Order: sequence, then structure tokens, then C-alpha cells
Amino acid sequence: MELSLLYFVKILVAVLAIIALMVGNAIVMVYVERKAAGFIQRRPGPYEVGPWGTLQAIVDSMKLLAKQIFVPANADYILFFLAPILAFFPVLLLFLPIPFGPYLTSWETPDGIILILAFAGFGVLSNLLGGWASNNKYGVLGAARAVSQSIAYEIPLILALLAVIYQAGTLNLSEIVEAQGSWPWQWNLVCQPLAFFIYLVSLVAETNRAPFDLPEAESELTAGFHTEYSGMGFALFFLAEYANMLLVSFVCATFFLGGYKGPILDGFWWTFIKAYLVMFFIVWIRWTFPRVRFDQLLNINWKWLLPLSLLNLWVTAIVIKVIG
Amino acid sequence: MAAPDRGLTPPRAGIAPAKGGILPPIINLRPINWFFDVNRAMSLWPVTFGLACCAIEMMSVSMARFDMARFGAEVFRPSVRQADLMMVTGTVSKKMAPAVVRLYEQMPAPKFVLACGNCAISGGPFKFEGQYGIVEGVDQLIPVDVYVPGCPPRPEAILEGVFAIQEKITGRRWWPKAEEIPS
Repeated sequence: MELSLLYFVKILVAVLAIIALMVGNAIVMVYVERKAAGFIQRRPGPYEVGPWGTLQAIVDSMKLLAKQIFVPANADYILFFLAPILAFFPVLLLFLPIPFGPYLTSWETPDGIILILAFAGFGVLSNLLGGWASNNKYGVLGAARAVSQSIAYEIPLILALLAVIYQAGTLNLSEIVEAQGSWPWQWNLVCQPLAFFIYLVSLVAETNRAPFDLPEAESELTAGFHTEYSGMGFALFFLAEYANMLLVSFVCATFFLGGYKGPILDGFWWTFIKAYLVMFFIVWIRWTFPRVRFDQLLNINWKWLLPLSLLNLWVTAIVIKVIG
Repeated sequence: MAAPDRGLTPPRAGIAPAKGGILPPIINLRPINWFFDVNRAMSLWPVTFGLACCAIEMMSVSMARFDMARFGAEVFRPSVRQADLMMVTGTVSKKMAPAVVRLYEQMPAPKFVLACGNCAISGGPFKFEGQYGIVEGVDQLIPVDVYVPGCPPRPEAILEGVFAIQEKITGRRWWPKAEEIPS
């Protein structure tokens, strides 16, 4: 890795582009989510603010910007403001090794997925800090839930990805895409269906989305770890949630859905189409399934997903040894 | 009878009306104020907070047939810290009154209250001589922006109330008025 000026400029441009992508993604996804919720519940959703309600997300963010910022008594002042920032900024780093297109990788690194999996833990840390620093019982409960849920679901998630990594024999995300073909039956989705399923379930739990949104379970803990956050603190947590969704969708597209490869004309558009299909899937199940209980959530993980992912890894290793 | 008891005896019930006021804005420029006011009016997030049968109408107004989401007011936040609009839907009993005041005081600054239904306006059918358990009108506890009468009000009426709050914030009515039904 040479540390030239050009390299520095490239990373800087990539980070700026990623910030733009994250913010744009959050604004689009808030609108899409509310509209999809509306259609799933047989109502129009946001409709009057702007044509077809398209300005709704921008209006909401402006309102949150102008909302009073509130710090509860006895809260840890520094950590209280650090937590939303810490939720937002590490996600920037996670987008760096993702191959958006054949020539569109911000940082070509031989072990990109290690970087992503290692720094993904920062999201949970920010939830923990936010819940702890706000000096609120619901916040602490939500933070504890976030940590136990995330630790539990990271294991099957990593094991599911590991099966694909065994197959491709590399940790580099671009090479994993290169190992897959252009047509849908050449993607890892077909030869690793169980890993794909386990990854899908775990990514919903990792991003704290319904039906696994127990850290912010609205019926039990008023809003979980961000109970005490108003205005921009809350908005930053939301921004980070959508950025995390986008990240796991991109990883899913890279690992299982052939990344930037498609039947015609490889390019970044295929990555985006696939990632946003996964995003829409996450939104869809959010508005379709009820929330699970916490013991059910951990039972699903420890009794089903973990043994299944271990079995999947084992079978993959044997098949690779026999064939390859 | 002695002094007209309006259903509120603060020392005994432990209920005190909400405290607080509005500070002047730090930057007071008309276009900026107007811009943020419009944004506030177009995204009034209500608290998930229902007291009695009017809450059923509040649910109904966010559901398929009436759909408050069209006007950007459907994000029911369970935490008052993230909410803007408090719909007092139903009878405020003296037992509930401290919680109502507390929730109101916990909301961050640009906050609006909609008293929904006759009970929240004046005590409604529960106002009679010698009643002891009901606060006769939530405006004795917290400042109310808009009153929506009805027992319970129709969902259209609650929507009208939300429009009235929008009008109160921005100074103009944004949506066309419904035609009057000839009687």
C-alpha cells in the first residue's frame, strides 16, 4: 500500500461520496418505507406534502433539526452526545471495501470482509452508550438487549459468510464477486441457499429491524436505547440504522447475488438494484410480521441458526475437499 | 355548595398545572421562522397516548380509511421526546392527571396539544354535581391549542383538528375545505 497523494485524494473522494450516498439513501428510504407501509396497510401513505408526498422525508428531517435538544438530568453529557455520532461515523468506514462496480471500489484490500465484520460492532457500542448515558431504565434495558442480540446474531452471520469465503478461497470482496458468474444460477445464492437464508435472518437482527427490533421494542420499552434522544440525536440514530441496512444489503448482494455482475452489461447498476431489492425485502417483512419475544429471538439463534450454520460450514468444507 | 369546584383541587390530588413558557428565538428572521414553521406543520408526530374511547378514533384516523399519514402526521412515537403533538384523547381522571402533565412537560419545545372529545374539553358526560374523580377539561392542566368536540369526534373531525394546528403554526390553511352538507 503506497501512501501517495493520489491515494489520499481517492480515499477522501470516496468518503465524501459515501456520506452523500448514506444521507441520500436515508431520505429515499424513509419515504419508501412509509409509502410501502401505507400500501401494505391499504392506505396511500404520505401523499400531500410535495407531489405524492416526496418531500415528506426532507420536511421531517428539517423539523428534527429545529427541535429542542434535550439532555436528561444526571445523564452522562459527553457520552450522550457521543453515542449518535459514534453510531453514524464508523458506518462510513464499512463502505470502503465494497465493490460497487468492476472499477468502483473505494479501497481494494485483501481482507475487506474482516474490516466490515470488525467495525460493524461499533453500531452496537453506540446503542449501548446511548442507552447507558441517557440514565433511563428503558434505555439501559434496550441497550442490554441490543448487545445480547447483536452478539448472538453475529455468530451465524459470520459462519454463513465463512461458507462463501471457503468456496471462493478469498477474503477480498471483489474476488468473491469475480468467483461468481453473470447468470442468476451461477450466483452463490444457488449453491449456498442455507447460508443465504441464515444471512437474511441474521441481517435483520443485526440491523435491529422488525421482527427483531427488540432494542427499541415500542410496546415494552418506550423507544429502547433512544428513548431520551430528541431532535438530531434521534435523526442520527435513524440515519445510522438506514446506513447499516444499506451496508448489509450491499454485503448480501456481493456475497450471494453476484455483486456487479448481471446477465447483460456488468456495472454498478446491478449492485444497486440487488442491494435495493434486499432493502425492500427488509422493509417488507418489517410491516408484515409481528415482533418476536426476546426468548424466542435467542432460541431462534442458539437452537436453529447456529447449528444450521455450523452444519452448512461443515458440509461446504467436505464438498470442497472432495471436489476441489 | 361553597366555591365552585371545577374538579381540580391541587393540594389534595397532587396535580399541579404544567409549568413552562416559550423562550424567544435566538435567530429571529421571518423567512427562516416561516420555513421551519412550515416544516413543523407538515410533520406533526403524535405521541402514542390514548386515555379512553376517543383513542379508538385516533387509531382510526391513522388507519386505512382516513389515513393521517397523507399529511405527514402518522409517525406515532412512543417516546414523548421525539413527538410534537399530544392528542389528549378521552377522559382525564385525577389519577391520570399527573401522568398527563408529566408527559406534556417531557416533550421538547415546539409542542402542540389537541384536546379531543368532550371529556378532554370540559369533562363531558362526567361533569355533574358531586363528581370526584374527573378533571373537568384538560386545559386546567396543560395549555391546549385546538379543541375538537364530539363524543367521540369523527375521524374527519380529528383530521380537521390537525389542520387547525397546522393553520395555527403557519398562519394559513393548507388543504381545501370540505363542502358543507346541506341540512
